[in-house]
Amino acid sequence: MTNPFEYAPAPESRSIVDIKPSYGLFVNGEFTEGHGTSFKTISPATEEVLAEIAEADEADVDAAVKAARKAYEKVWGPMSGRERAKYLYRIARIIQERSRELAVLESIDNGKPIKESRDVDVPTVAAHFFYYAGWADKLAYAGRGTDPRPLGVAGQIIPWNFPLLMLAWKIAPALACGNTVVLKPAETTPLTALLFAEICQQADLPPGVVNIVTGAGATGQALVSHPDVDKVAFTGSTDVGKAIARAVAGTEKRVTLELGGKAANVVFDDAPLDQAVEGIVNGIFFNQGHVCCAGSRLLVQESVADELLAKLKRRMSTLRVGDPLDKNTDIGAINSAEQLAKIRELSEIGEAEGAGRWSPACDLPETGFWFPPTLFTGVSQAHRIAREEIFGPVLSVLTFRTPSEAVEKANNTPYGLSAGVWTEKGSRILSMANQLRAGVVWANTFNKFDPTSPFGGFKESGYGREGGRHGLEAYLK
Amino acid sequence: MSGTSTIPDPGLADATRSEAALRRFLHGLPGVDQVGAEARAAGLGTRSIKTSAKEFALDLAIRMVDLTTLEGQDTPGKVRALASKAMRPDPADPTCPAAAAVCVYPDMVATVKETLGSSGVKVAAVATAFPSGRAALDIKLADTRDAVEAGADEIDMVIDRGAFLAGHYQQVFDEIVAVKQACARADGEDAHLKVIFETGELQTYDNVRRASWLAMMAGADFIKTSTGKVQPAATLPVTLIMLEAVRDFREQTGTMVGVKPAGGIRTAKDAIKYLVMVNEVAGPDWLDPDWFRFGASTLLNDLLMQRTKMTTGRYSGPDYFTLD
Repeated sequence: MTNPFEYAPAPESRSIVDIKPSYGLFVNGEFTEGHGTSFKTISPATEEVLAEIAEADEADVDAAVKAARKAYEKVWGPMSGRERAKYLYRIARIIQERSRELAVLESIDNGKPIKESRDVDVPTVAAHFFYYAGWADKLAYAGRGTDPRPLGVAGQIIPWNFPLLMLAWKIAPALACGNTVVLKPAETTPLTALLFAEICQQADLPPGVVNIVTGAGATGQALVSHPDVDKVAFTGSTDVGKAIARAVAGTEKRVTLELGGKAANVVFDDAPLDQAVEGIVNGIFFNQGHVCCAGSRLLVQESVADELLAKLKRRMSTLRVGDPLDKNTDIGAINSAEQLAKIRELSEIGEAEGAGRWSPACDLPETGFWFPPTLFTGVSQAHRIAREEIFGPVLSVLTFRTPSEAVEKANNTPYGLSAGVWTEKGSRILSMANQLRAGVVWANTFNKFDPTSPFGGFKESGYGREGGRHGLEAYLK
Repeated sequence: MSGTSTIPDPGLADATRSEAALRRFLHGLPGVDQVGAEARAAGLGTRSIKTSAKEFALDLAIRMVDLTTLEGQDTPGKVRALASKAMRPDPADPTCPAAAAVCVYPDMVATVKETLGSSGVKVAAVATAFPSGRAALDIKLADTRDAVEAGADEIDMVIDRGAFLAGHYQQVFDEIVAVKQACARADGEDAHLKVIFETGELQTYDNVRRASWLAMMAGADFIKTSTGKVQPAATLPVTLIMLEAVRDFREQTGTMVGVKPAGGIRTAKDAIKYLVMVNEVAGPDWLDPDWFRFGASTLLNDLLMQRTKMTTGRYSGPDYFTLD
């Protein structure tokens, strides 16, 4: 049956953003030319080339680190926390004022639905700057001694899944604590970081406090191994995280790593089932599943498995996949051809290993990178799709019979970033939270982020915490 | 994988066999997480309904309005005017559809019926000691029969909230069954029964879900949020819980039950949010005046103003639309 209530296209206007044909690096408060081989950033929804981006080579990274060092020693380090806070508050307010521009640009460059960039990413970015602005003059009360000191120059590398939000998670606490930064955005999503550089200019942030160097792995490597970087903060894959840990081993550099995950979302038979379905959908299909803490393994108690799966499939059939700028889109484009290939490969392996693959009927656009929301039933811990991070809209469904079996399966992974527990029983939530080896355990919700709440991993999901008072620890000595 | 669900018997006959069985069944329904339910309702509220979709939604919403007046000061003249408005909401535009029904107190039913004639617009009457429901059962039944005899097509009854909150589910159940019987007409057809929960008094979403199942098992044709006399009246999350209930009830029994949020829905924008929720939660089958209604009075004029704006491109002032 065709639905008479077919939502007409409701595209957000692109006219608010002004994408330049080419972008340089942001070093010492100015946009400069890069000396590497420039590269193109494209819109994953249309494959249209958006801009030519400069690549920072070793000398460019060196210049950025030098600018950061100078700003740290002469201006930002000696400045009182109260004064630093004023700049951070100003940046937060400008982010709010330019929120629509940032949201549209994020959706164009990343492929995520405007609904998410508008209602989640950008408001959380502003909240992060506001929150850490508040800490800047209160560091003596952070539980790190009466006179905590900044570390110096922080080299920060962020991923493509939440380009602006990860920037905020890195830059806001670093600056609040008195550090200066050199940040490398991901090569597929540099545009909002470069717009953020403009915002730093608009806020009159002293030159060199924030430097943005664009590029791929080599640029990141140059930044991590630069001898004058005091602190390395990385969010991304576990493989690269391990390489970074090796690169800085034996140096004085401090490191925090926020890496991959294979989170278990555990649904007990007394769970609020309709809300659990929403939480499962939000857990794995939010941001096309490009979320390191995504609830990619659904562990459901056998006695409600059929009922829950029927509800979940019905709910998945209402998800709208398509144009990221359409305000009614629930699932946008996969960020890159490379990522799409990886999702396809692992899904095919899932099928080959005998798991039952299901997707709702949905039309995908012809150009761009797309993958339908997918779930696999009959998955066991031995399947690769239950062990490896897919980083896409693909859910593996496993069942359990007893709480101890749920804990055992949930913890049986080298990762430990997040987990979810769904039950109406408060005592069970607390007991599960104690036993689950994950940095964040959500109860009757999933993928909730707040600047006051620390976030980080166990085991191969990394070390160090971002957010909250704990997040200050990564940038103070 | 065992297929055990929370409901023991698809016919639900076991669940209503005794007070104890009814309580076990209602308390065995999956709980509602308040934060999650409210977040889902708010999320659906961000859908952007434009152009052709908006035209469709506005006309559908007009066709779903139970145009209501439930005041002590109502006169025959006032309800006749309202009935005329229900038949021709926008006298200037013959393409504008009629409202679903006119909803009045039982003593006004005959007057409304006379005006509506064979227009197809239904007469709904509130009964059973509306709005508090605080009267003996025989009085409630007499109230109902009186309205049915006067020609009411639909009866909006209130449940005994005191009994429900005290856990006397069997009493509430039996009362609905009795009122349903009192809805029988001489011609053999039944007046449609809408059961009002007064969700503002039930307070929790768990209670709303239980009341929904209780009423559906007792034979309600529609479940309705509120009388309009208690705040809060209809809200999006409460309606979400009721839409989930009718959806699950159909899955279980094959029987479709309608939903009517009433009170507090004043703007076309709000009405469209409800329609989006109907579409995505219960499903498109409910996008019909037979299965979804708005209990409202001021809503209709805002729908008409938005409808005119869609065709002319301009907003006209409220003076261009009839008051009642």
